[in-house]
Amino acid sequence: MTHNRKLIKIATAGSVDDGKSTLIGRLLYDTKSLTTDKLEAIEKTSRQRGFDYLDFSLATDGLIAEREQGITIDVAHIYFNTAKTNFVIADTPGHVEYTRNMVTGASTSQVAIILIDARKGVIEQTNRHFFISNLLRLGHVVVAINKMDLVNYDEDVFLKIKADFEVLVEKSDFKTDQITFIPISALKGENIAKHSELMPWYVGNTLLDHLEVLEPSDLHESTVARFPIQYVTRPRTEAFHDFRGFSGKLYGGSLKVGDEVTVLPSFTESKIKTIHFFDQEYSEALPGASITITLEDEVNISRGDMLVKSSELPKSEKQITATICQVNSKPLKVGDKYTLQHGINRVLAKVESIDSVIHTDFTGEVPAAQLKLNDIGKVNFRLSKSIHFDTYHDNKSNGRFILIDEGSYDTVGVGFID
Amino acid sequence: MSNLFIPNPKEAESIHILREVAAQFERPVLLFSGGKDSITLVRLAQKAFYPARIPFPLLHIDTGHNFPETIEFRDQLVAELGLELIVRNVQDSINQGKVTEERGRYASRNTLQTTTLLDAIEEFKFDACIGGARRDEEKARAKERVFSVRDDFGQWDEKNQRPELFDMLNGRIHQGQNVRVFPISNWTELDVWEYIKTEDIAIPSIYFAHKREVFFRDGMVWTANEHVYRESHEEVFEKMVRFRTVGDMTCTAAVLSDAETLDAVVAEIRDSTISERGARIDDKRSEAAMESRKKVGYF
Repeated sequence: MTHNRKLIKIATAGSVDDGKSTLIGRLLYDTKSLTTDKLEAIEKTSRQRGFDYLDFSLATDGLIAEREQGITIDVAHIYFNTAKTNFVIADTPGHVEYTRNMVTGASTSQVAIILIDARKGVIEQTNRHFFISNLLRLGHVVVAINKMDLVNYDEDVFLKIKADFEVLVEKSDFKTDQITFIPISALKGENIAKHSELMPWYVGNTLLDHLEVLEPSDLHESTVARFPIQYVTRPRTEAFHDFRGFSGKLYGGSLKVGDEVTVLPSFTESKIKTIHFFDQEYSEALPGASITITLEDEVNISRGDMLVKSSELPKSEKQITATICQVNSKPLKVGDKYTLQHGINRVLAKVESIDSVIHTDFTGEVPAAQLKLNDIGKVNFRLSKSIHFDTYHDNKSNGRFILIDEGSYDTVGVGFID
Repeated sequence: MSNLFIPNPKEAESIHILREVAAQFERPVLLFSGGKDSITLVRLAQKAFYPARIPFPLLHIDTGHNFPETIEFRDQLVAELGLELIVRNVQDSINQGKVTEERGRYASRNTLQTTTLLDAIEEFKFDACIGGARRDEEKARAKERVFSVRDDFGQWDEKNQRPELFDMLNGRIHQGQNVRVFPISNWTELDVWEYIKTEDIAIPSIYFAHKREVFFRDGMVWTANEHVYRESHEEVFEKMVRFRTVGDMTCTAAVLSDAETLDAVVAEIRDSTISERGARIDDKRSEAAMESRKKVGYF
């Protein structure tokens, strides 16, 4: 279906009133993705509210409470296409208390658009949004300096904010070519789909043109293959009486028929016999594929096990240190027990110690006794069983986990293994 | 011989979700309406578990006002693939006095389905209901999770949703709770149509242009039929129409169309300036119609 169009997933981040919903509404409008009936609804409501412009933020603010208060309180997903690209936007709210939503939205994205109000410049929220982009190791960040119409499209304002932001970039792991600055007015449509005549001093791409030239292959990491077993496929039918396939999603690198593999946690070795997708067999599968594999030998494998190339074993440990972002109002404390879900594999985890809470403005860390909602900190865990992991830095898919509360079963934290 | 498998990212994501459902829940069920989205789900489930059979039954909540073409198609698909089908009828809920038939100009059994659905969930103790809803359909749907936890009353607490990080799905629930699962959350209407075309998936004939007795109300094309309330001044015409979404007759409007082939339909969707749910009479009731229905346990 989308083979001929690339897929780019974007998280948008900004503070209250930075015009994020307006920007998304504008992107939808300029790519002709707003249908007549939606546009009519926007026109009608804009008129009712007495605006002399179209309030594009109405295109995304979905819940009743949000429309009443004119704010965004949860991650919304928005889809639009251009001729060459399918875009998915995770629209994440900018309120301090909802920062967990940025982590959530960014976790499924490769690109972040960080919005800055040209009148306000780099503020605490901007730091936090960029810090999270860095923590999650997104492939690219677009810094959209919005509301240029309210600062007379002044180049000096743009340059000042860019310089302030570049100080943050230096403190991050990003390379300078992963960051792009664009001066825009979402409300007036300047530098969104068309070059602004009011900002002749800006010679770079418009926002849409820039998003179009991003390549998914540059945004995805290429590393070693990790194949967590989700499901053991045993048809027990006449035609497939002895079929025993291991189904899962392949991450990081490709796998080929004949590859020598090791099954974890048993460390049993075998070779890949066949690779299946539906009723076809393949000799090789690329990362991202949801496939079924059979092995040369009879190996005892169950859900949660992992198959890797024998030459590329991950670490296997019962003691881990991770950067945790707490996404629940119940704080994380020393001695707390959680279910730790690493990919699809679940083990019990106990908080042994908390090293620190990290300042999200790149100014270091302080010792802490607990992690509260929206805190990011370094935590040491002891696990009931070894997990087979890589650091998040080396292998994103195999270096992350979620924490599940044993009482409420809520997802209360997300971890990035150091 | 080298034979490289290049995945389609949206298809791979949906299969990943379906396998998580089969692994994390004891009694999953696929909510099947006979529409293109649930038909697409069936194909994805086939792919997820092949060469084994789909490890959960289909559940159809029948309003009794479905298009006969849809029911015929449903029965044929189930027979061909050897699937287990459970049907529960809104008429039975009406007979039991649990819900009251709506009256008047916009009478529909659409909202009544919720009661029948919740009863079926309780009857079979389903802990996961797989649905074909997509986030691009509607504003409230855009905030829906892939695994969406519902309480004993089937209610959606939109302000207290579990965050979903990366592709790690947390399906742990308490007794009495259940999860609504939306494997094609991230597909657009065009994605579904292009997939149906690439995969050569059969769909009910009412998706293609055909002659039908219709009448016009509120700028929409309504089916003229004994199940649909019509006033005497509302004149009936025979027109070439097709359906873009398939709910029951009382809540699904047709569109005027000459698209008789899949290619023509896909081309029409690509160029369309009206949203899919623009032809849903149920959504026209108010700006927040979907959210209100979802809160009380709608699909």
